[in-house]
Formats: sequence, C-alpha cells, structure tokens
Amino acid sequence: MPEEVQSEPLDPLMTAEDWMKAGKDVAIATVVETWGSAPRPVGSHLVIDGEGHFEGSVSGGCVEGAVVAEATDVLSDGKPRMLEFGVADETAWEVGLSCGGRIKVYVERLG
Amino acid sequence: MDPYALKKLNQCRRERRAALLVTDLGDGRDRVVVEGDPVSGLLGEAVEKAFRSDKSATVEVDGRTFFLNVHLPPPRLVMIGAVHISQALAPMARMAGFDVHIIDPRTAFASPERFSGVRLDAEWPEEALARSPLDAYCALAALTHDPKIDDPALMAALEAGCFYVGALGSRKTHAKRVERLTAAGVPSSAIERVHAPIGLAIGAASPPEIAVAVLAEIIEALRSRGLEARKGEAA
Repeated sequence: MPEEVQSEPLDPLMTAEDWMKAGKDVAIATVVETWGSAPRPVGSHLVIDGEGHFEGSVSGGCVEGAVVAEATDVLSDGKPRMLEFGVADETAWEVGLSCGGRIKVYVERLG
Repeated sequence: MDPYALKKLNQCRRERRAALLVTDLGDGRDRVVVEGDPVSGLLGEAVEKAFRSDKSATVEVDGRTFFLNVHLPPPRLVMIGAVHISQALAPMARMAGFDVHIIDPRTAFASPERFSGVRLDAEWPEEALARSPLDAYCALAALTHDPKIDDPALMAALEAGCFYVGALGSRKTHAKRVERLTAAGVPSSAIERVHAPIGLAIGAASPPEIAVAVLAEIIEALRSRGLEARKGEAA
C-alpha cells in the first residue's frame, strides 16, 4: 500500500472539531479584516479550549495572548466579541502589532 | 459557530470540495455554502466573487454585515513519470505550497530512494488515480514520453477539469499525441487545453530548469483561473 508521507500542518478547524467531540468547550477566533501590513491573512483562525490551550494564529504571536484571555469570557457568557488590535490602539504598548498594521478579530463560542 | 456548520465545513475540506462559511456578524448565525449551491441576491454575488478570487472578506448586504470565509482545496500537482525532471519539480512544488503525487508504473524509476518524502505510487495511472481521483484543483504534468503511460492520465485530467494539464515532448511528438487523443474520442476543445510543449518558454535546458518552467506555467494557470472565469462570462 502506498503511504501518505506528506505531513499535514496542524489545522485549527480540524482541532476544534476534535476538541468538540472530546466534550471540551471551544472558542474560535477569526481574522475578519486587516489594514496595512498584517502577519496573517483574513480568514486565519486561532482556536482555544476551556483550559487555555490553543492552536493556529491570528497574528505573528503579537496578540494571541489577549485573544486567548478574551476567549475565556466568550466561553462563559456565549456572546461573540469583535476585537481590534493595532498601533493606534491605546493598548498598543501591551499587545499592539509591531508591524504597524491593524486587525479585527471575531471571537465566538462553538455551539 | 454552529457545530453542524463546523462538521460540514471540515467534511468538505477533507473531500477537497470548495466551501465557504457565511457568518452574520450581527447575530453570530452561520451556515456553510458549497460551491455551486444557489445563494440569491447581492449576498449570492459576493459569495460567487469570494469563490472565484479565493479571498475571504467582510461584506455589507442590506444593512447587515457578513463575513465570508472561503476554503478552497489546496492545489495538488500530479506528475506522471518519476523522471529526472520530477526529482527537481517535486521539492520546488512543495515549497510553493502544492501537495505532490508522483505516479509511474516503472519500479526502477519510482523508487523511494529517488523521491524521499513524496507520495509515490509505482502503479499505472488508471490504478493510482482510481484511488486518488483528479479534480479541478489538480494540475497534471505528463512527463514519461511514453504514450501508454501518459495518454490515459491526460485523458483523465481533461475529463476531471484539472486547472492545468501539460505534456512533455516536442511539437512533433505533440502532433502525434493530438492524433491519438482525437482517435480516442477526446474533443478538440479539450485537447487544446493541453500545454505542450510543456512549460513557459524561458529557454530551459537542464531538468531542474525545465522544472522551473513547468512550475511557473502551473502557477500562472492557478492564479489566472478567476480571470479566465470572468472572460468566459463576458464572452
């Protein structure tokens, strides 16, 4: 039998489905808009479980921490949130994008 | 996200079907649209545009904001022939983001030592392609010079609507190929889709240079698909 030798990169949406089947709470974050230089394209996902494990990325690592923190609230009240990150933001010193771009991230609960 | 939507979307992705998740950013409701599903009105136009351009986007329709996330299957390059050109083309194509599949029934050519880390089937194309069918997101390059091996694969690729079909060989070789395919009942409109001689005309001489020419031609076909579709509509 021929072997499938090419490895699949870790896929956030497949991971989300696995987590869901394992009975975990799952939040899905999606880049819905970008302005200027942005490290990850529109449509990119970060998925987070109830214990703060995550897979994927919505930036080059600049804002993932903040998205994971917000996901905890989304999981507890079930309400989706729209987050914006960028150098113009007042939180820029903490979680801004060093590349100078701006991104909008939609965070929602699975189910 | 609706769990059923996630399951349906992932199922489409596993089956290499183009799908799109529509999320109403106002109320958070979402649904999966499979390419070809009818979606009416302005939203339908935006959905069609997203499929064609492979660009996910936020759109405003009738005062509501929707996010359209497109998931097209990753392009796959199927090479018929585990030849010298394939040895150069396989790693280049992988770097450019293609899944690579090499098929050659000649076991002396199709040896894992010559193609480490690549999906390689030492079988006739009919057998290998029955298990791993071609689709519109596949490119096929016929590289064996042997009609017994190349021709059935070319016919399968034209039948499946592969976005690129190319065949190695001189103009003279290709003229004979056209005769054979015509005799086999392939319509001339389909035969015209075969890129032959294969590769962009960059004066490539060595096998790795030919691999560059072939990959460049495949990328051109991949990235101009949307434009071709638009031209088709205008005509």
